[in-house]
Amino acid sequence: MITRFRQIEMRLMGPLTMIPIVLLLVILGTIAALPVVATILSELVADFVPPPLQHLTIVALGTAGFVGILALNPIYSIWLERKVAAHVQDRLGPMRVGWHGLLQSFADGVKLMFKEDLVPRDADRVLFGAAPMLAVASAFAAFAIVPWGVREDGTVLAVANLNIGVLYFIAITSLGALSVLMAGWGSNNKYALYGGMRAAAQMVSYEIPTAILVLVVVAQVGSLSIPDIVNAQAGGILGVGDWLIFQLFPLNLIAFVLFFICGLAETNRTPFDIPEAESELVAGFHTEYSGMRFAFFFLAEYGNMLLVSMLAALLFLGGWIGPFGSNPLLFFVKGFGLVVVQMWLRWTLPRLRVDQLMGICWKYVIPISFFLLVVTTVIKGLL
Amino acid sequence: MSAASIIERLAAHLGLEEGSFESDVEAKDPWVRVPGDKLVAAAEFLKADPELDFDTLHCVSGVDWPGDDPPAIEVVYHLTSLSRKHWIVLKTRVPRAGGSLPTLETVWKAANWHEREAYDLFGVRFEGHSDHRRILLPADWPGHPLLRDWEWPETWHKIPVKPGRQMTERAEGGQMTGVGPFD
Amino acid sequence: MAEQRSPVDGAPLVTLYDEELPPDNSYAFSSEELEEDEMILNMGPQHPSTHGVLRVELKTDGEIVKDARPHIGYLHRNFEKHAENIDYQGVIPFTDRMDYVGSMGNSLAYALTVEKLLGIGVGERVAGIRVITAELQRIASHLLAMGTYGMDIGAFTPFLLCFQQRERILDLFEWLCGARLLYNYNWVGGVSHDLPEGWTDKCRRFLDEFVPVLDEVDTLLSHNKIFIRRTADIGIITPDMAKDYALSGPNLRGSGIDWDLRRDDPYLGYENYDFNVVVATSPHGPVGSCWDRYFVRVREMYESVKIVRQALDRLPAEGDVHENVPRFVRPLAGEAYCRSEAPRGELAFYIVAENKKPIPYRVKGRSPCFVAMGLFHEITRGEMIADIIAIIGSLDIVLGEIDR
Repeated sequence: MITRFRQIEMRLMGPLTMIPIVLLLVILGTIAALPVVATILSELVADFVPPPLQHLTIVALGTAGFVGILALNPIYSIWLERKVAAHVQDRLGPMRVGWHGLLQSFADGVKLMFKEDLVPRDADRVLFGAAPMLAVASAFAAFAIVPWGVREDGTVLAVANLNIGVLYFIAITSLGALSVLMAGWGSNNKYALYGGMRAAAQMVSYEIPTAILVLVVVAQVGSLSIPDIVNAQAGGILGVGDWLIFQLFPLNLIAFVLFFICGLAETNRTPFDIPEAESELVAGFHTEYSGMRFAFFFLAEYGNMLLVSMLAALLFLGGWIGPFGSNPLLFFVKGFGLVVVQMWLRWTLPRLRVDQLMGICWKYVIPISFFLLVVTTVIKGLL
Repeated sequence: MSAASIIERLAAHLGLEEGSFESDVEAKDPWVRVPGDKLVAAAEFLKADPELDFDTLHCVSGVDWPGDDPPAIEVVYHLTSLSRKHWIVLKTRVPRAGGSLPTLETVWKAANWHEREAYDLFGVRFEGHSDHRRILLPADWPGHPLLRDWEWPETWHKIPVKPGRQMTERAEGGQMTGVGPFD
Repeated sequence: MAEQRSPVDGAPLVTLYDEELPPDNSYAFSSEELEEDEMILNMGPQHPSTHGVLRVELKTDGEIVKDARPHIGYLHRNFEKHAENIDYQGVIPFTDRMDYVGSMGNSLAYALTVEKLLGIGVGERVAGIRVITAELQRIASHLLAMGTYGMDIGAFTPFLLCFQQRERILDLFEWLCGARLLYNYNWVGGVSHDLPEGWTDKCRRFLDEFVPVLDEVDTLLSHNKIFIRRTADIGIITPDMAKDYALSGPNLRGSGIDWDLRRDDPYLGYENYDFNVVVATSPHGPVGSCWDRYFVRVREMYESVKIVRQALDRLPAEGDVHENVPRFVRPLAGEAYCRSEAPRGELAFYIVAENKKPIPYRVKGRSPCFVAMGLFHEITRGEMIADIIAIIGSLDIVLGEIDR
């Protein structure tokens, strides 16, 4: 009987397994061919859509594709995280559902969707409901300014090519702290409250060095627009040499490391995961959440991880510029590479205590980043 | 230091005459029994005397003797000296009904929880204890279960608590319960 | 009155259960005495890192803990009352359930006490087997302590690496006596099964492969900067405090006191083995910190490996493990108190016997975790919430033993 069941399962799972693989290939292919796709799309739109609506249609299509990729991001990221964790810990990780467990996250997603949506009796229903939405919204909205590449005619592939892109990034990510605070307060649970307060303190503190480190880059390039910052890194040896991280050695290298640390702190990842410290606060600010609302926090967390990694790749690692010319896929690989580093750190390091975390921020990271800002500006001025 | 000389020293300090107190140096664990009113003095001396230096109160146990005359609960203090590497057992008796002992918490802080446990399970009162509450059982649990004549309540807040027939009846009938190496 | 639908009258989890809950006067703090910024945080009995069902009541001011009171008893079964109703050998399975991650040590302590009461000894082979199993159990228990401690601090990976090795010890025990957790292995006067053929080779192979893994976990966790900063200056137990509260085992040695029953009051021929007593040296902070207690356990595992190796080498090839097992256990009137060095500290049993009765008159277990928990409120005052978790973990408590 069990064998029979297993056979049926195998027959069903075989073709189903192909879905995530095909999806992944489609996503990667689309990203690699993004400039071409964009050209074809805009030509198609020019042919079939009346002129007044053309701009709107292109933006809508771009946004839809983008949100689709972002919604699929956690599914692959969670799979990746579990695989990274498993191999760090000398085990296999998910292996049963699909090829090497690729369908596991889809199954979990379906499970979460069908789970009962519990709201504690004494919770503040408005805040409780709004918090996960705000979390996802802030994580996704920040992606609007992330450029994926340039077309040959110079058009930037981004949902919104703002000339003050980095400011927008700093502004939008601050909203994440608000959502966590809302979740912590609205749950009417002491552990959630502790998580919320910790998260608010942590995120607000680490926003300062993040902003200063972004300014370090801005001061060197002389532009607030992210495409300009990336384009300034083009050229050099193998297309690598002029990446900002290699300029003014080692100042920018330090800036990159600090920026990455701040990114970890802002996304609440180990060793800075004190707002959801499992062993202390049960689950921190999302203790009382279940089902889809819980999944939304996950969506936001993995979105934020990718966002921070992509920003670091754009500001310091040359974005889509690399030894093989400029390609959106290269940018994607850099972003996910940094995501893997985040995961690797998470499964290796213990957690800091809240006062130590604040101490690191105010005693070391902020002074050093101010120092970097001053020194790079002075050097740039002298050159 | 040998058990005999420990007991001798203690008796001399407390002013107990030879034969006026019970002790056994031949037992597997040499013990001495002091009256309840001399307990604190004995404990303080055992701890403070540099030759004896009993720095550790290892365990406090109660033993119920309802058949003795008068019915009493024996409270047994196992003492250890980490520095001198010797051991002694201090015993004292407290009347079964309404008796109380002075607390030894002031001498060894370890006594705190042990005495709470003795109060919880035997109902021995300790005068001067800083936190005289039950420790293992709920605050409103009926009686002190390690007394030999303690009766199982049928229910506790409507929760049936009395064990089934198997265990009590077989034990009362003198029948072995059938666990262990030899059935 | 609402209708009772439960088959068991008045089961409290039934929705229609309408009786008021028992008056909960078990709180140590009342809300009236709180100051303006203070809050009571109830940690447990269901909490990921209270190592069972410990409930800790915290009076907090923000992240600072003003006072902490542990509440125990959620696992209380009163095995001492059970023991007054069953024969001497029948108590052994109950003792297994005290410290359920160190069962070998518990039954060994009980068996030693009854043997002391009866005045019998055990053969050389039995003593050797007991040493081997006790030390393997110590390694398994310390591995659990080490892994979960890492998890308390937020490092998940050492936990799984430790559990992999612990699993191999449990496999050895399963092969030896058929059980993985509660062994009922040490009998009065012997052990239940002789070592199976090939067991010693497998045990040796385990030891050879275990030491490198332990080295790896040690480097991964013990000397990690974050880990040291989290643990090396909190939960300080001074040597005087440790003696005053009668701590024992790794907790006592973690306070810098050189005391180990295996050396200072040897049993089972421990005096013939060559091993060091691990005492905290505290390179990273004041003596008696959480890190010291943790690191004593890590070093002790190496010593245990040494002891097991020696015991395997000198184990007599022949010998009946049931040779000294008495057919009836009917001691003369008297009492015995016997302590032994269990993984978590000095586990002792106090047995009072009536003359020639098959049933003990009184059995009392002196559990090291119960004693260690007694000083919890002293070392947590003024620390932060995250430190409470670190302190609970460093004391290495098992609630089954605290509540008995």
